[in-house]
Amino acid sequence: MYAIIEVGYLIATLSFLGGLKFMSSPKKAKTGNLIAAMGMVLAVVLTFVAALTATVPYTNLIIMLLAIAIGTVIGKRLSDKVEMTGMPQLVSLFNATGGGCAMLLGLMEANQMDPATTILGNKILLIAGLITGAVALTGSIIAEQKLAGKVKDRRSKTVIFSARILLGLMLVLPVLYFFGIIPISFIAFMYVLATIAMIYGVLFVLPIGGADMPVVISLLNSITGIATAFAGFVYGNKAMIAGGIFVGAAGILLTLLMCKAMNRSLLKVLAGTFKKSKNGAV
Amino acid sequence: MDFINQHIQEIYFVIFCVFIGIEVISNVPAILHTPLMSGANAISGVILVGAIIVMLRVPEDDYLNLTLGGIAVFLGTLNISGGFFVTGRMLKMFSPKK
Repeated sequence: MYAIIEVGYLIATLSFLGGLKFMSSPKKAKTGNLIAAMGMVLAVVLTFVAALTATVPYTNLIIMLLAIAIGTVIGKRLSDKVEMTGMPQLVSLFNATGGGCAMLLGLMEANQMDPATTILGNKILLIAGLITGAVALTGSIIAEQKLAGKVKDRRSKTVIFSARILLGLMLVLPVLYFFGIIPISFIAFMYVLATIAMIYGVLFVLPIGGADMPVVISLLNSITGIATAFAGFVYGNKAMIAGGIFVGAAGILLTLLMCKAMNRSLLKVLAGTFKKSKNGAV
Repeated sequence: MDFINQHIQEIYFVIFCVFIGIEVISNVPAILHTPLMSGANAISGVILVGAIIVMLRVPEDDYLNLTLGGIAVFLGTLNISGGFFVTGRMLKMFSPKK
């Protein structure tokens, strides 16, 4: 049974790879999409099959099945209704859901595990997954709002400065925590980090111009992929690691390609030097 | 160090995946950037697998985690189904002769 599931995950991983490969040529793109989708369904079904051999409370199963049913229907509805021009927004929104899922995963795992027995490596992975997921969540939502024209650019020094401070905090706080300088429980610490990361996601996207949103969405997309890979590491699930890393690597490459197509460097897109570079480009 | 010893296979795996991921899409034409982004986004929904794994371990009376997990599974599914359906719709525009 165990072997069958492992082989199934392997097939799912290969299907993601094949899907991405096919998607980079216009003729085969549709097939690629289908292959990747089938691989995904396979991976999800396998996870359930693996569970059925263990004892799982009915409540959990019912909640999950309901959530999956509702999620599928809403996803289909949203993608059927959207106008052609609104697609980038929707992609950004879906990316936000992926990031949100990664963030919640980190919180749940922190709620459940025993901080005393969990090894440091897993805690670091959990924190990394939580932060990347939270940034992708709020960042993508802001990107979506910007594309829809509901949020204007805010390029004030305060925003940029506080974004840098928060970024620094996210890097420094875990180090301080593991040296035992911050005397709070691991769970409380995770909630604090999630909050900081969510605020950072907002501040990170706010100063970036609306025209650069596709680049940012691609970048956030790759961040979600990396969050997925971190989570996959925690559970030792190869399909998750592979899927996440493929998306992460492909996303970063795609981001760079898009920047190249616009004749701007990624740093210029992201940094506060937007105004100068805009004048320079025009 | 323990961690590295235990996970050395995964570390190799990740490094190979990075190169494969870059290699696979290195020649993508600009016209396909958006669908590819959308498709990759859908693939990152594989996080749902993780959400399910956690959900299976949550005790039946742990309502906080059940709620969080329910939302997580919902969000993950939304990412997958929405992602693939939107990509499909985008790619429809590419079909030749219509």
